[in-house]
Amino acid sequence: MKYSDNIKSISLHMGVVTALFLLQFILPDYYHLTITRIMVLSVFAMGYNLIFGYVGLLSLGHAMFFGVGLYCAGITSYYFAWNALEAFIAAIICGMIFSFIIGLMIVRTTGVSFMIVTMMFSQSAYLATLYFIEYTNGDEGFIIPQSSRIFFIFSQKIDLTNPDIRYNIALALLAITIGIIFKITRSPFGLSLIAIRENPARTAMLGYNIFAIKLKSVVISGIISASAGGAYALLFAYVGSSFTSIEYSIDVMLYTLLGGAGTILGPIIGAFLMFFIIDIISGYTIAYMIIIGIILIFLILFFPRGILGTIKDKWLKWLP
Amino acid sequence: MDFWPFLFLASLEGLVQAAILSLTALGLSLVFGVMRIVNVAHGEFYMLGGVIAWSIISFIDINPALNFAIAIVIAPIIVAIIAYICNILILKPLKYKADATIIATIGILYITQQTALIYFGADAKAVEPPLYFPIQFPWFGYSGYKLMVILAAIIILLITWYIIAKTKIGLIMRATQLDGEMAQVFGININKVYAAVFAVGAAYAAIAAILILPIRQAHYLMGQDPLFLSFIVVIIGGLGSIRGTIIAAIIIGMSDGIMSVFFSPTMAKMLSTIFVAMILIVKPGGLFGNSSK
Repeated sequence: MKYSDNIKSISLHMGVVTALFLLQFILPDYYHLTITRIMVLSVFAMGYNLIFGYVGLLSLGHAMFFGVGLYCAGITSYYFAWNALEAFIAAIICGMIFSFIIGLMIVRTTGVSFMIVTMMFSQSAYLATLYFIEYTNGDEGFIIPQSSRIFFIFSQKIDLTNPDIRYNIALALLAITIGIIFKITRSPFGLSLIAIRENPARTAMLGYNIFAIKLKSVVISGIISASAGGAYALLFAYVGSSFTSIEYSIDVMLYTLLGGAGTILGPIIGAFLMFFIIDIISGYTIAYMIIIGIILIFLILFFPRGILGTIKDKWLKWLP
Repeated sequence: MDFWPFLFLASLEGLVQAAILSLTALGLSLVFGVMRIVNVAHGEFYMLGGVIAWSIISFIDINPALNFAIAIVIAPIIVAIIAYICNILILKPLKYKADATIIATIGILYITQQTALIYFGADAKAVEPPLYFPIQFPWFGYSGYKLMVILAAIIILLITWYIIAKTKIGLIMRATQLDGEMAQVFGININKVYAAVFAVGAAYAAIAAILILPIRQAHYLMGQDPLFLSFIVVIIGGLGSIRGTIIAAIIIGMSDGIMSVFFSPTMAKMLSTIFVAMILIVKPGGLFGNSSK
């Protein structure tokens, strides 16, 4: 990696974060909430992209990791009256433990089996949220009380019901995630992920422990996804079963594919685009999800590298 | 009702479920076995079968038996044609690669499901059974139509077995399944085989849906449960193995029918899903064969 390329990509990512920061002063209030939501979903998509884009593991059940964070934050704040910060930390820890246990199992499979196993575990998680309906209230879900959404850091009061604070917290989470993924792609660990994607047999032959590397990537991806889930629950105060459904796993795959799998900013671009496309389409028809199908097929047929992936291939080789 | 008659009733319900499931799963198993692709849209072909049959029946509207007879002939053909077009336009250009086709079939799933929502609406629609003759057991009366469903499934399965095991078409299919490249060397046009298998697989799902239509209702989301159950059946039964698929369908259908009479259906589904995921993990190469090569 050339020094100048390094400067370019660092400044690009800093620029994206700065641009998102400045955006809040220009945009009308309605878009504040939308963009806050998109930023949290982008974090989820970046977590997904880590194993789909870099390791080449096509997971069809990432909503379970998001869901673990979501329910962990929701249940601790709703039933135990933990404050948002404690609940968020709990979500991350739960996400870590959960993804480690699931990872131990799913990493043993490859190819088609991996896709089906992740889908089935995710479906079981979804069914579990329906089964424990006394606590989760199933599809209808529950609302996190206002009192849990206020907390203090260094005696500074932080109130998550304030839209500006929500926006900046989501942005901070996004910036941290960009930083983590950026760091990973530059590390030997990140390179070994790509090596596994390109040729698992050869990587194993070179002495890498593929199982351990994949497991580590699943756990990191799980933690990022769970943090997005936890943040989503606390920022928007709502927890429900639909967030663990297959459709949610597909959505995040779509963001990643559209933006460009295996690029840092791809999932963010994908999430932004899809959100606005669906926003526009849903004004015309109740069957707006048809657009998801059309875009999926269009992408996989003509545009498999996504937007940023294609730009990277054609013009900007230095994009991480 | 006492326990034993209750169990008998539960087993009958289980058999109906098994009959429908074995047809649906057979379609999925054929597609996976021969083409080595996972068709996530399979449940939607099932749904299309049901929805199109309902449309035909309400369009003709002569008498229940005749309506149903026409629908069960025409609807699967329409579904097969739709599947054929999907294959030519989408799957063939992707060269049947595992990752790409699974994503593409998810796309097909969304498009068919949402199209059905647009044209069919969100309400469930009922179909009259083509024949009424309750069969009176000592403990309870049972719908004769449900027994007909079981019989129809058995006949279709026997015909399928005959075609695959005894005819030249079956031989070509088995050759393609065993080694596509080698089959090509022997002058078999495997693209034609793939196209045919994909269409026929979809038609099986459609037939299953039409048979169940008078018992349950047509709905644009009716394909979801059969899809998951078929996956479970195909994984447990071993891929491309017709016998395995049918045995697994009977076990899963019966146990699903019986379990959901005695336990909470959500719990039953959850446990069976985890159980199947475990089978795939413990025997990654075993049950799924060399799918990941």
